[in-house]
Amino acid sequence: MTKFEDKTAVDFVIVGAGGAGGVVAKELSTAGFQVVVLEQGPYLHEGDFIHDELKFKDVFDPPFIGQEVLTNDHTLQPNTFRKTAPDKAVLTSFAQYGRCVGGGTVHFTGNYWRFHEVDFLERSRWGAVEGTGLADWPITYDDLEPYYTKAEWELGISGLAGANPFDPPRSKPYPLPPLPIKSSGVLLERGARKLGWHAYPAPTAILSQPYRERSACAHCGFCEFFGCEWGAKSSTLASVIPIAEKTGRCEIRPNSYVRKISTDTRGRVDGVLYFDPQKQEHFQKAKAVVVCANGAETPRLLLMSKSNLFPQGLANSSGLVGKFFMLDSGSLTLGTFEYPLNDFKSVRVTRVVQDFYDSDPKRGFYGGGGIDARFEFYPIGFALTGLSPDVPRWGAGFKKALKENFNRTVTVFSHTTCLPLESNNITLDPDTKDAWGLPALRVTYKSHADDFKTMNFFNDRSLELLDAAGALKKWAFPVEDAAATVHLMGTCRMGNDPKSSVVDRYHRAHDVPNLFMVDGSSFVTSGRNQPTCTIQALAYRAADQIVRMAKSGSIPA
Amino acid sequence: MDADNTRRRFLLSSALGLSSAWLALRWPAIVAAQQHAQRSGKSGQSASFEFFAPQDALEIEAVAAQIIPSDDAPGAREARVIYFIDRALMTFDVDKQLAYTQGLEDLQQKTLELFPVADGFSSLSSAQQIQLLTGIEHSGFFELVRLHTIMGYLSHPDYGGNHNQAGWKLIGFEDKMTYAPPFGYYDTEYNKRR
Repeated sequence: MTKFEDKTAVDFVIVGAGGAGGVVAKELSTAGFQVVVLEQGPYLHEGDFIHDELKFKDVFDPPFIGQEVLTNDHTLQPNTFRKTAPDKAVLTSFAQYGRCVGGGTVHFTGNYWRFHEVDFLERSRWGAVEGTGLADWPITYDDLEPYYTKAEWELGISGLAGANPFDPPRSKPYPLPPLPIKSSGVLLERGARKLGWHAYPAPTAILSQPYRERSACAHCGFCEFFGCEWGAKSSTLASVIPIAEKTGRCEIRPNSYVRKISTDTRGRVDGVLYFDPQKQEHFQKAKAVVVCANGAETPRLLLMSKSNLFPQGLANSSGLVGKFFMLDSGSLTLGTFEYPLNDFKSVRVTRVVQDFYDSDPKRGFYGGGGIDARFEFYPIGFALTGLSPDVPRWGAGFKKALKENFNRTVTVFSHTTCLPLESNNITLDPDTKDAWGLPALRVTYKSHADDFKTMNFFNDRSLELLDAAGALKKWAFPVEDAAATVHLMGTCRMGNDPKSSVVDRYHRAHDVPNLFMVDGSSFVTSGRNQPTCTIQALAYRAADQIVRMAKSGSIPA
Repeated sequence: MDADNTRRRFLLSSALGLSSAWLALRWPAIVAAQQHAQRSGKSGQSASFEFFAPQDALEIEAVAAQIIPSDDAPGAREARVIYFIDRALMTFDVDKQLAYTQGLEDLQQKTLELFPVADGFSSLSSAQQIQLLTGIEHSGFFELVRLHTIMGYLSHPDYGGNHNQAGWKLIGFEDKMTYAPPFGYYDTEYNKRR
């Protein structure tokens, strides 16, 4: 196991060993650089990922059950939340993210959607949307395409190229065929065909066949919210982090919580201050720092890293660090069917519909999305939230409904745009502290009117789909402002102009030449709220450029 | 159904027909008998109550048994939800102890209000229990017992409930390391057509 001394200035410190950090660590270490990855969470392994609904938190359906093992522990790191700036922020568990080696890719569903060409230039295509900061990306789909392909082949993605008529062009097919269709997928396909829509096999970050010395999916059913005991889910933990460690140049240092990025008198980054598991503070010297701490923790760390040279927080001359926070909008509808689906088995999603992906001015509002079908529950979560509202909540009728519906229920889940608003943001809470005495993450968030219209539009389409698929009964979760989020985007947005963005088109901080931010924080727009594929493609692209710059000596230490 | 479970059902159903004065005298012996039965059983789990006094366990179990009643399939009682709750209150939900202590007092008071001659909630008829619970079904205490009952019925049996996977069997869930397609009715039919 590679170990570096704190006082050795390594080539790179990476903050966060998640979906982006794992990729960047692999790319930089295989290119010959010394890398220390500081991960605030533990280093867990396949043997830790057991089938236990009370051990691992279901981060989606309240009332939340289970423990925050794979995700951030809100008792240690509280969040506060308010809808608008004049409100008093209250304690909540609003921002949920992977907090372990592998980050969110350990427990995610594995939906792996590329952005479409339009996602990068919606401001030009649709014009301004009032009250928002809708902007074009400084890069195009074509710039990112080679890295989407690289991510799919390096990490191991299952899917069927050409099956989705709305897919953007691709240079290579998927490395693995799609996973076997489940009953939820069959019903989505049936409904879609009736409505003239186009269901296609879900692109999934789970191996349908053995790949690069990893096992194929065994269909055990414990994917979302759980780590994969087979290593078949293409988390960075299972895929690229082992490759990084094998170079002998990459140290993954878990349980290491970074509190400040340090700068020298010239305004360059020279290392990071972090706490070890005993809350002892250390200083890891580095020639450059790549922050991959996610769309909430990355801006928080920059804001906590203020100094005389950077009084507003590091890399924040634009004042935009933390601003334009976007999250996972969508809708959730449910239906029951005549025959058993047994959808608790295997991966969550096997079919997707993207007929309403693009925004359409004829609808009278900005927004689009995609729809998948799945069974979004484990047994306890189902009993608490999966039954239709007219079912008795206890007694014989409740028991009968549990018995009849666990295996006959389908969730139709839409994932929709979330507009970037400057007033939606991540800031430091002035009053609440975490267990290390650092200011708590404060979220300010209120959906734009068009986001609501989009969610309602998709709610209606989802109910139509359930009808067309032959549901005996259907209902919907209320469409309302988010009370929690698992997709954290847009808080250090990418752009060419240092006045209106935080990082440049290669994720370098406009203000600091040896500091990079690579994760969901770089997003200019939200896509359709399936961000992991794009976060990882961006990470491959950023790493490629960082390697090139480092080798040519254009990253000043 | 295993021998322990039959024995436990017999003991509780016998006890429920009797007055609480009798129970107060007999309950410790009943519990001791259960413990003995369960220790010698194959589950290997500890069957003694660590948080609940025996009479309190009987009361909470009666509430749980109305939330998920017993019929031709096991309910909360046969799934040993009460052991799950007792264990939860000594481990991951230790901060809920006070809610139970207060809730039990309130339940006792409510029982006396509605049925002045009753000897505790568990001694009421099923219809009386349902009547009482309907009146408090929106209370925090009821919500908590409901949550714990569902958790105890459907969580991994290692937590002390879901005995013999009774809850999982009812809903049709199995916990296995591997499955092979087809998984359900619709994908089976779909694959036949191809």
